[in-house]
Amino acid sequence: MTLTIDELVKRVGAWLGGEGPYADIVISSRIRLARNLDGFPFLSKSSDSDRSQVYRVLMESIAELELGEDTLVVDIEDADELDRQVLVERHLISRQHAEGEGTRGVAIANNEQCALMINEEDHLRIQGMRSGLQLACLFEEVNRIDNEIGQRVRYAFDRRWGYLTACPTNVGTGIRVSVMLHLPALKLTGQIEQMFRAAKEMHLAVRGLYGEGTDAVGDFFQVSNQTTLGQTEKDIVEEFASEIIPRIVKFELTAREMLEKDRSALLDDKIWRAWGTLENARTMSSDETLFLLSHLRMGVNMGRCKDIDLTRLNQLFLRSQPAHLQKLEGRRLDGEQRSVARARYLRSILDSHN
Amino acid sequence: MSLCQRCNKAQATVHLLDIIPESDEKRERHLCEQCAAEEGLTTQKHESINEILSSLIKQSSGAPQKQDLTCSQCGMTFREFRANGLLGCPNDYLAFEKALMPLIERAHNGGDRHVGKVPQGVGGEPPRYSKLAQLRRDLREAVDAEDYERAATIRDDIQDLEADDG
Repeated sequence: MTLTIDELVKRVGAWLGGEGPYADIVISSRIRLARNLDGFPFLSKSSDSDRSQVYRVLMESIAELELGEDTLVVDIEDADELDRQVLVERHLISRQHAEGEGTRGVAIANNEQCALMINEEDHLRIQGMRSGLQLACLFEEVNRIDNEIGQRVRYAFDRRWGYLTACPTNVGTGIRVSVMLHLPALKLTGQIEQMFRAAKEMHLAVRGLYGEGTDAVGDFFQVSNQTTLGQTEKDIVEEFASEIIPRIVKFELTAREMLEKDRSALLDDKIWRAWGTLENARTMSSDETLFLLSHLRMGVNMGRCKDIDLTRLNQLFLRSQPAHLQKLEGRRLDGEQRSVARARYLRSILDSHN
Repeated sequence: MSLCQRCNKAQATVHLLDIIPESDEKRERHLCEQCAAEEGLTTQKHESINEILSSLIKQSSGAPQKQDLTCSQCGMTFREFRANGLLGCPNDYLAFEKALMPLIERAHNGGDRHVGKVPQGVGGEPPRYSKLAQLRRDLREAVDAEDYERAATIRDDIQDLEADDG
């Protein structure tokens, strides 16, 4: 194995590349499929031996797939707490997976654009990530991996209910399409509630940065489907790619145009205040960092701030998070120490670009 | 209560109505189980129909009993599922089907049937749970249609499949 978590920390995953269609508003696209093995209970009724068997069977199947040389397999049960947290911050595993119990793991491949979680809520969760709005090719990849694993194991499936999942909200296709959006102008113009309402009417879920159960901080929102039964995978993906997301993007763009036209002083004030604070502060919390980086990102994407590019900005998002900071500092830090380290890190990057 | 028309000893429990095609004449026959079986008219496992009925009555009974539904494979009760939101095994979808259906439809905006991808399965064989699920559904339909002979055959197939798994 060539890759380690320590090396992961030093780079930015491809899905945070800041590229792809609508990359100024769509941070990333992700698709996950929930699968369970036939003949085994779901995890809530699994014995330790069931869990280990599922883990072994799936890891063996995954090892047979040609996922590429940079594949990283992590036994989450054995992993260090900080390493688990790094994976959460990189969106490679869920919080639930990090904090869970028992035999479980993840296989990360394709420059962090693919993550296969074993024994999370379901036996297997196949996840693909891409920068920008790239759902069609993403679905193709996830579907291919699913087919390849499906040739090696027998999935729990029923002709009426489809793929059987531990939670009935995922039953059927087991697919969750989620798109991470940056919507600062909708927030500033007070129109974000309208977007929430529209999303609710379309049976979509809107969540915070880290998915389920997290708050939206710094104008970042994850929009995802809730219906997995009665619609084909293709229809769900297609609706996101050609209707839902373009519509939200247009809404945000219109709000940005309005700000530029009518309230450019306010807009620039937000952007440069953010810059000034990030460049000068001596302590900085995670939430404040997200909030300020959000405004800075808006400035970069609207062409009003040319002193930093999107790649560098994404790096700041990633590495100012608690576990990344501690990894980069090479030691454990308490909350206050982290705030100091975070401010120092942000200053170091922003200064060198002045 | 009548006696078997064939042996005149046992109680007739199998009642047949033959329609003779040429004459349209109807002929009623009342036989005991053994004689009926000897004439190849019924399957041996007559008693299983009672089992089928009682298990169906249990499953289809109203709301108060819903909580007590129990999956024979993983032991999860519907009450347990309601408490933590997660099912215990794939068979729960069948064991709790009636109780789950309204929840599922609500969660999926009215969707009540999978129309997406179907797995190839290992060696092209359909997954066992799907076979079991289909059989259980066929069984319910057969009983609803009062086609007890078919129901008994399906019941046997289910038992065979479950025995394979044991």
